[in-house]
Amino acid sequence: MMRLIAGLALLFLTVLPALAQSGSPSTLEVKQVWARATPAGAKTGAIYLTVVNGTQSDDKILSASTSAASTAQLHTMIDDNGVMKMRELPSIEVKAGSTVMLKPGGMHVMLMGLTQPLKPGDSFPLTLQFEKGGKMELTVTVTKAGAMGVGDMGGMGNMPGMGNMPGHDMGSMGGHGTGGKQN
Amino acid sequence: MTLRSRLLAVLGAAVVIAGVAGAGLYLRSWLAPAAGEGASLNRPFTLTRGDGAVVTDETYRGKWLLVYFGYTYCPDACPTALNAIAEAMEKLGPEAATVQPLFITIDPERDTPAVMGQYVKSFDPRIVGLTGTDGQIAAVAKEYQVYYKRRDVEGGPYLMDHTSLIYVVDPAGALVRFLGGGSSGERIAQHLRELMSRTS
Repeated sequence: MMRLIAGLALLFLTVLPALAQSGSPSTLEVKQVWARATPAGAKTGAIYLTVVNGTQSDDKILSASTSAASTAQLHTMIDDNGVMKMRELPSIEVKAGSTVMLKPGGMHVMLMGLTQPLKPGDSFPLTLQFEKGGKMELTVTVTKAGAMGVGDMGGMGNMPGMGNMPGHDMGSMGGHGTGGKQN
Repeated sequence: MTLRSRLLAVLGAAVVIAGVAGAGLYLRSWLAPAAGEGASLNRPFTLTRGDGAVVTDETYRGKWLLVYFGYTYCPDACPTALNAIAEAMEKLGPEAATVQPLFITIDPERDTPAVMGQYVKSFDPRIVGLTGTDGQIAAVAKEYQVYYKRRDVEGGPYLMDHTSLIYVVDPAGALVRFLGGGSSGERIAQHLRELMSRTS
């Protein structure tokens, strides 16, 4: 009997948490991490990305760092009647179950003091520090100078598999009131 | 509702309407001269090109101008607008021959002629980058009612708050339209085609 109870206890302690974790998508995911190639002579750049918080708890990006620049800051653009004001954010909140996009004209990771120009096709590392999710090591893909998104890399056949990927993302982002910033 | 509060509401509404109408009139008078008056609303400037040549607004008379103010340390808004302008030039095809895009810096301290000349080439070789003395930049910004202000950042280079609009100037030198800095290349091209078809 004691063994049964002990066995049951063990089951609760080990299997159930695992079940809870593997159930619904319960991970914090960062995808479509990209930066524009920088114009000749530029000393600054911007990284854009999408955070999907599939966990049950709100989280925050607290900071960013990369070997590609001396400083990386979380920034947002405020359009004040046609005047663009860039402001540093103390953190970027990603509520439980929501998707937050960092994209041109909005939030971005601002790179200052680039160690070298960002060229199309290059990639470089980025570390994001989340409040709860901890450190996340990512790879930034560099697109052409004026790109508006990671799929906008010039040339259609550039990214195999992109064809069905965006549709997938839109499904989880669009219209479900996930709290993601939509404009 | 008491008579007094009703009166106040009416008065409030009147003030709002007058304000909106006033702003509209102001914008109209700022944008284009009344037809047939021959009033000159050219916006004069003297600036320096990437190759060191001094140019004025008259240098570009006879061309449609797409004028955008920004700075090269700008990581987001300026590349977005300049790329849209480059895209518009592409979409205009042969019609682009009558269009001159100008990128004027509001950060002359860091944006020297050489920096500007090199920077714009990354978008389209047809875009001309212009800089000047503090006074020259202040003067051209005033002509276009462009706001700009330096903002120091802890642990990094200073940034600039600035008006992010794309101005369309006609071949006679009159400012005829302005578009949002986030306009697509297609939209800019459409506006230009429409304006060109009116005058030709």
